[in-house]
Amino acid sequence: MLHLSDDKITFLEEKALEIRKSIVEMLMEAKSGHTAGSLGMADVFSAFYFHILKHDPRNPSWEERDRLVLSNGHICPVLYAAMAHSGYFPVEELKTLRKFGSRLQGHPHREFLPMLETSSGPLGHGLSQAIGMAFADRLDKGFSSSRFIYCFMGDGELDEGAVWEAMMLAGKERLRNLIAIVDRNNIQIDGFTENVMPLEPLRDKFESFGWHVLEIDGHNMEAIVNAVEEAKAIFEKPSIIIAHTIPGKGVKMFQNDYKWHGNPPDQKQGGSALAELRTLGGQIASEHE
Amino acid sequence: MIPLNPKLFDADVEQVSIRQGFGEGLVIAGRADQRVVGLCCDLTESTKMDAFAKEFPLRFFEMGIMEQSAAAVASGMAAMGKIPFIASYAMFSPGRNWEQIRTTICYNDRPVKIAGSHAGVSVGPDGGTHQAIEDIALMRVIPNMVVLTPCDAIEAKKATVLAAKISVPTYIRLARDKTPIITTEETSFDIGKAQIFYRPQAPLKAGIIACGSLVYNSIIAARELDQEGIGVAVMNIGSVKPLDRHAVVDFANECNVIITTEEHQIAGGLGSAVAEVLSVERPTRMAFVGVKDKFGQSGTPTELIKHYGMDKDAIKVAVRGVL
Repeated sequence: MLHLSDDKITFLEEKALEIRKSIVEMLMEAKSGHTAGSLGMADVFSAFYFHILKHDPRNPSWEERDRLVLSNGHICPVLYAAMAHSGYFPVEELKTLRKFGSRLQGHPHREFLPMLETSSGPLGHGLSQAIGMAFADRLDKGFSSSRFIYCFMGDGELDEGAVWEAMMLAGKERLRNLIAIVDRNNIQIDGFTENVMPLEPLRDKFESFGWHVLEIDGHNMEAIVNAVEEAKAIFEKPSIIIAHTIPGKGVKMFQNDYKWHGNPPDQKQGGSALAELRTLGGQIASEHE
Repeated sequence: MIPLNPKLFDADVEQVSIRQGFGEGLVIAGRADQRVVGLCCDLTESTKMDAFAKEFPLRFFEMGIMEQSAAAVASGMAAMGKIPFIASYAMFSPGRNWEQIRTTICYNDRPVKIAGSHAGVSVGPDGGTHQAIEDIALMRVIPNMVVLTPCDAIEAKKATVLAAKISVPTYIRLARDKTPIITTEETSFDIGKAQIFYRPQAPLKAGIIACGSLVYNSIIAARELDQEGIGVAVMNIGSVKPLDRHAVVDFANECNVIITTEEHQIAGGLGSAVAEVLSVERPTRMAFVGVKDKFGQSGTPTELIKHYGMDKDAIKVAVRGVL
């Protein structure tokens, strides 16, 4: 199953790189925020905002658009960066992240940025809201609606009991128009997920709640796009894609270290991270070498 | 004069539960607007959402015992243009799902309607775990939320129909036990409007500001005091938030002494809301009738209302005490 040309894959990877650079710049400027999860999901966000999503950045309230609910709102730097680079608002505005009066609140708030599908930050609420959207979509468009409701979630967030209420409900209602993506990066604030509160066997849990489960490398564009295509084709169940990602992906210093979950890079660390991103990890020569 | 039930003071005054009015109002709202949907947490008959579920099965969603999810699901439905009503016992919604209501409904400013049944100690034999006496406080403290406290089944019906028409988050406080019908179909009911339901013959000495199930007890107490020569007027607050500040200040100017009555903790409820207005705009001597920092317990509604100091005699004592 190949849905993407080599050119398209290169294009999406380039967009992911732009998103990553923006994330580092935003966090350096803001001096607070969540580095690891934001960088780790850059590839998934690139695939969605530049290929998968049915949306119109110049008409954010278009009724026929897909809905993307970001449940783990703390990784909003990647959401804001993907939105800016795809044309929702000027890229320059990203530098206002977390500043007084900014539309880009530390955790997303619709009152400030109405083009958001929802406000988020407190964990465990997104999937239920996405279910409500899927219910409404089914009421209005029937079972063969061409709109899809996507919910992006963190793995640490799965500790919340409300997530499992939602899992049970979506399974009961067989919401085929609902597709969830879990960022399985294995870290949360206090450490590794399997030490803080073990989640495995995660696939078995989701399946037993009535979901179609896919597992992918969350940095492989083709895998991301193919998984969503497969999920859309499943008619009898909601689907959930476990996207295995590397927290901090793209910058070696940030990768796989849970201390970067909730901390920003300082000027020196950020400068070195940007140099690494610009040179694709030293693969190409730059003015800094 | 405000039209009230002509049989209000009769021994055989008709009694209907406030939750029953919600059930009837929801059907009317559902017929008027197909965007109205109902979500219930395994209490469909008990919250009186069953009539809506029967007439509109496709627009009714059985959520199971998931109050937290129900609130957030309703937010998602509202995001897609629906007007969702969620029903459970007030102890669980908004009791258990407060943060979902704050974040997904009010912070998002989604027009979800929360019907909290079984508020107050008059729930009776189920005991304190099921008697919500904190819900007004929990709801009125959240920005964007409207808090309605109908005093009888007819007002509950009107509050429900009205809630479906306003594009803001709304809490409707309901009670389990049958209580006297105070108003009529012709009595007006508006968001942010208070009304004076009783004016004494005797010279005016005090005013009672009441909400919900205690409006009846307050009127009866005022009438008895009137007959004893103490003039007490009674104001009904159907909308704790927004509160009719002008009417409350005018009432205080007229009465000089204010007693608030509510089947709720004194802390944070109607009395607090009234005091917040009067202490700034018209400092007034006040007394508060309500639950005094205690939990409820099992008993008949009558026993419990008396035990916690909210029956007509307790209201009379409170009025005499502050004069």
